[in-house]
Amino acid sequence: MYHGMKRRLFLLPLTGLILAALVVGGCGGSPSGTLTEGGSTTVQPLTDKWGEAFEAKNPDVNVIVQGGGSSAGVKGCAQGTFDIGAASRELKSSETSDWPDLVVTHVAADGVAIVVHPTKSITDLSLEDIKNIFATGSNDTWTVINREEGSGTREVFEEKVMGGTEVSCNAEFLPSNGAVKQKVASTANAIGYISLGYVDSSVKALSVDGVTCNEANCRDGSYPVTRYLNFVTKGEPEGLTKEFIDFCLSSEGQRIAEEEGYVSIK
Amino acid sequence: MSRYFIDRFSRRIVFIFGMVAFLILVFIAVFILKESLPALKEVGVVNFLFGTKWYPSHDAFGILTMVAGSVITALLALVIAVPLALGCAILLAEVAPPRIRNIIRPAVELLVGIPSVVYGLVGMIVLCPVIARLSGTGSGSSILAAAIVLAIMVLPTITSISEDSLRAVPIQYKEGALALGATRWQAIHHVLLPVARSGITAAIILGTGRAIGETMAMIMVIGNSPIFPTSIFQPARTLTGNIAVEITAATGIHESTLFATGLVLLTLVMLINSAGLLAYRRRA
Repeated sequence: MYHGMKRRLFLLPLTGLILAALVVGGCGGSPSGTLTEGGSTTVQPLTDKWGEAFEAKNPDVNVIVQGGGSSAGVKGCAQGTFDIGAASRELKSSETSDWPDLVVTHVAADGVAIVVHPTKSITDLSLEDIKNIFATGSNDTWTVINREEGSGTREVFEEKVMGGTEVSCNAEFLPSNGAVKQKVASTANAIGYISLGYVDSSVKALSVDGVTCNEANCRDGSYPVTRYLNFVTKGEPEGLTKEFIDFCLSSEGQRIAEEEGYVSIK
Repeated sequence: MSRYFIDRFSRRIVFIFGMVAFLILVFIAVFILKESLPALKEVGVVNFLFGTKWYPSHDAFGILTMVAGSVITALLALVIAVPLALGCAILLAEVAPPRIRNIIRPAVELLVGIPSVVYGLVGMIVLCPVIARLSGTGSGSSILAAAIVLAIMVLPTITSISEDSLRAVPIQYKEGALALGATRWQAIHHVLLPVARSGITAAIILGTGRAIGETMAMIMVIGNSPIFPTSIFQPARTLTGNIAVEITAATGIHESTLFATGLVLLTLVMLINSAGLLAYRRRA
């Protein structure tokens, strides 16, 4: 027993050496390892595609993508759960003061589309109308669908549409872009808001003050509810994290963003 | 090694395992209490328990609407589930021939094994649209949808404990009733059910505990609006849903209020389950 223990203790430094060699070896040449990204459900489908393309180019890399919402992304990155936290909004002052070493990189842009059921005859609403509908909440005319506390899409919506007014508590609260889209698609008088990247024929995106929510109008800023999509890292990105973010910002990465219905920034 | 030694040794081991289960409970309770303290101090116990406004970004943390949401949903679920479960238990214990019983009992027991997210999915895709059409307004995310889903989920719990209690009634009671000329239904109604009453009460209470604690299926069908519902067609939010929807993003005092929500939930479920166990011990 005692003898065996000694022998195993002797193995420890050897194991350490092998691990160190692996790490050092991994730094040169083509990247390898696992990259964890999580947070905003707006950014999630896009990061999925980026991850697939990046993995195709670098077979030794594994990109793990999770949801959870923007605040979860920022919190997860700060606490070390994620290598990259995804946020569909800018950092809040409370976040920058709690975690001063967080670094934000814009990776794409996006519009927040106001969506209704496709059979609804309405096609346009003014910002003021939208604000009133969401402040009033669900009634016989509208079933209002809101996002959960901590959603980046909700933060942007509250900032750019509500302007300090609260969304009524009797709105439904759903925890992802996908859940809101599903609910609006299956409810005749529902109104909600989702990322432009999620819009498809199952819902109808309204124009706001006469401006259609599409890529061109989001890029030139004429559509009023737009935001940057961000990757948050602890300190400046380096190593595999940096390689991945560089790939997302490359012309190929930005083309993927456009194909997925988001707005490229390069 | 003598067998006496093994005997003593194994008893110690089993004792330690038992203590671990108990300590886990203590640890969880202490941990949740500790994490809740900042919220209870900052918000105040009264404001927290009896506040009617939940708006974390404006520092409004009142959970009364969710206590109401949890309790109302659970009660409505019982109203739907208890008659069904009792009928089912009577069928299994007294009425059905073995062939039928051997089909129905495994089916009821299998309901327990279905993951709650699957119940939620079916509720969201099938039930909500039907309820929306019935009520003529809204999306169908409602107390009613949640209660129906919950009723199905607690059905097996209530059925199997009630059936056990009915079977535990000594056969002489039933034979006596039948010998006095009672019909089978009279024997069930006037003898078996009253004797098994405390066991059935326990079944219902334990079912309530399960209903209050259900989370995933609730988030998917109840709409999660922190309001006092004025009809069963309106959305609401449960205590469990409040934690699950917000915890990933919560920090600071907001996070602490979610632990405090958990504390309220834990207390509620513990009270209900203790009442259930008490009734279960006193059963026939």
